[in-house]
Amino acid sequence: MPMKNQLKTLWELFITFFKIGGFTFGGGYAMIPLIQAEAVDNKKWITEDDILEIVAIAESTPGPVAINSATFVGYRTCGVLGAVCATLGVVLPSFVIILLISFVLREFQQIKAVQYAFNGIRAGVLALLCKALWNMYKKSPKGWVGYSVMAGSFILAAFVKVNIFLVIIGCAVFGLVSSLVMERRLAK
Amino acid sequence: MIYLELFWTFFCIGAMTFGGGYAMLPLIQSEVAARWGDFIPAEMMIDFVAVSESTPGPFAVNMATYVGSEMGGIFGSFCATMGVVLPSFIIILIVAKCYDRFRQSKLVKGCMSGLKPAVVGLIGNAVLTVFMTVFFSAGLTLSVFTTASFYVFAGVFVLMLLLAFKKVHPIIIICLSAAIGIAVGYLGI
Repeated sequence: MPMKNQLKTLWELFITFFKIGGFTFGGGYAMIPLIQAEAVDNKKWITEDDILEIVAIAESTPGPVAINSATFVGYRTCGVLGAVCATLGVVLPSFVIILLISFVLREFQQIKAVQYAFNGIRAGVLALLCKALWNMYKKSPKGWVGYSVMAGSFILAAFVKVNIFLVIIGCAVFGLVSSLVMERRLAK
Repeated sequence: MIYLELFWTFFCIGAMTFGGGYAMLPLIQSEVAARWGDFIPAEMMIDFVAVSESTPGPFAVNMATYVGSEMGGIFGSFCATMGVVLPSFIIILIVAKCYDRFRQSKLVKGCMSGLKPAVVGLIGNAVLTVFMTVFFSAGLTLSVFTTASFYVFAGVFVLMLLLAFKKVHPIIIICLSAAIGIAVGYLGI
């Protein structure tokens, strides 16, 4: 790619992901349809199949789905520099918005109305979290491995107070070992 | 040094969270409570979640920016956000070259079969923590049940839960709960 074209693509990657980052609420998976509209239909940077791959990869690698997909599309389109531009673009809007809000909230924290509002909001957030938990439960694999890991990780974190990082590592190892054991049994 | 601590903490969180959205909440909650609990009480964490839900952008970036700003101002939020973004950025660059092999890998599939349900259990714990903060912030005592506000906020919770399952948008749920909170506060319940 000639130098001038490459610069243009980098700029477009940044601007496109800046828009996507600035207009999706709920992050992550809410972003996928927008990425599809912009990167597949509009700019033709990637194909329809790539979108499915992005979702699959985002699910099996750590980190926020939004960052995973931006990095992937950027890299596919314009290499490492493309990945940097797309990721910067998707992060920047929320970074600036939250930074502003955090300063504003600190100033208004003492106001009675704001405190009252947050008393109500906390009950609402609890409801939203319950809904999110239900959604996650529906998507998660069932079967005895799934249920025992769910129960085990909950008990370890809530009552035994094991460090969450250790719980995550333990569950990954448990999943790996149990899948290897099951495979060996099937082979016999 | 707070900036390094912010960067490193969120780097570890970013590297160890699988699945989008709220999957990161359990780690953020427990790490913030352990490291900066004196400055960011449990109630404030819930308020952060509300702000993250009602602003655009990825939940993880919003939370990292917010915690970073609270602990270390503008540069603090820069460090925390860089930390949370960097692990997935690096991993995707590596994986993008050989994603077919990566996805078919038995190692990855096996680990994921344990990680997906683990996220459910851990978010369950995060929800329990939020539940205790909202309703039993003074501890598990029977006296809580004699206060009017307990029943008011329990009512708000049930109402919002119904709305959430009716697929009402989160921002509307947050605005409604805020309005009820203000009304209840000024009525002096």
